[in-house]
Amino acid sequence: MINNYLLIILSTVLVNNIVLTKILGLCPFMGVSKKLETSISMSAATAFVLTIGSMTSWAINHYLLEPNDLIYLRTITFIVVIAAVVQFTEMLMEKHFPFLYKMLGIFLPLITTNCAVLGIPLLNAQASHTLIESAFFGFGGALGFSLVLILFASTRERLEGADIPRPFKGSAIAMTTAAIMSLAFMGFVGLDR
Amino acid sequence: MLITIGVIIFLSLIIGVALGISAIKFKVDGDPIIEKIDSILPQTQCGQCGYPGCKPYATAIASGEADINQCPPGGDDGIHKLADLLGVDYKPLNEEHGVPKPKSVAIIDEKTCIGCTLCIQACPVDAILGSAKHMHTIIEKECTGCELCLPPCPVDCIDMVPIKETTENWKWKYPVHKLRVDERATP
Repeated sequence: MINNYLLIILSTVLVNNIVLTKILGLCPFMGVSKKLETSISMSAATAFVLTIGSMTSWAINHYLLEPNDLIYLRTITFIVVIAAVVQFTEMLMEKHFPFLYKMLGIFLPLITTNCAVLGIPLLNAQASHTLIESAFFGFGGALGFSLVLILFASTRERLEGADIPRPFKGSAIAMTTAAIMSLAFMGFVGLDR
Repeated sequence: MLITIGVIIFLSLIIGVALGISAIKFKVDGDPIIEKIDSILPQTQCGQCGYPGCKPYATAIASGEADINQCPPGGDDGIHKLADLLGVDYKPLNEEHGVPKPKSVAIIDEKTCIGCTLCIQACPVDAILGSAKHMHTIIEKECTGCELCLPPCPVDCIDMVPIKETTENWKWKYPVHKLRVDERATP
């Protein structure tokens, strides 16, 4: 049982990494990876929302959509639910964890537009996971996202000072780095044998 | 079809009610003293106090970081009002932050203006109208007279013109009482 959950986490973090193999959530991956601090904040906020979001959208899918034969409404309902969860999280944090709220700042509402946050619940629904499997899948996805984002941000901070040929400066070298990282993560595919 | 609409309405209703309730339950009260201080400040957003605008200065006063006498556009009146509100003693304006000037508006000499847009970027209240290589002009109603547009102008075509006191903009002056010494009480 526990082995199964560990496997889900391992597979979402390394083998089926959401950013590098599923190519989801590229916008924050490129956008907020300029500084290590902001990328850590973003990872924390995403992990929180992704776990809660996977569980709520599992409930919606299981109790509302599937019994009524409305599977084609998945995308639209999940978007609404995730937006609501993000807003709720924001209010809750502002009241009870003002420090965390200040640290995350603009990244908290920005998560609504992170496609990984929509992608994971949809993948959950397709694979017909149970509630706990969904939660682990969401959390694992967020861990994978965090790992890659933090690694990438640290690399980019180093690249700032590196002597890069002029045509490669800025986004070009960032894309190249991301591609090399993606290649490296493909090496984990052999892990399940 | 009906079920679809029903499900969507049901979902939105639940989410709406839940968010509405939590908005009331988790309401965070802003610090009311900051709002009160901010309403006394002249809202020129000029930054002469050393803070990036009136609201940050109000926040700094409320937290005890800044003194009340750093606002030249507010003048003596403003300091008196702030002293009353916060229950502290009146202090003369700190000269480091500038001296009070008559309330004025910026006027662009439109013949000299080269349309460089530098003053538009400097204006904190978006009171300058114009675009690149076109003449700029100032919306006098919006101008707060903060003078932030003067230094960036490469051709020095902006002048500060004091506003004349008319029946429309006249205000009661802050009453200044002379200190009266009771002669009988002194021996």
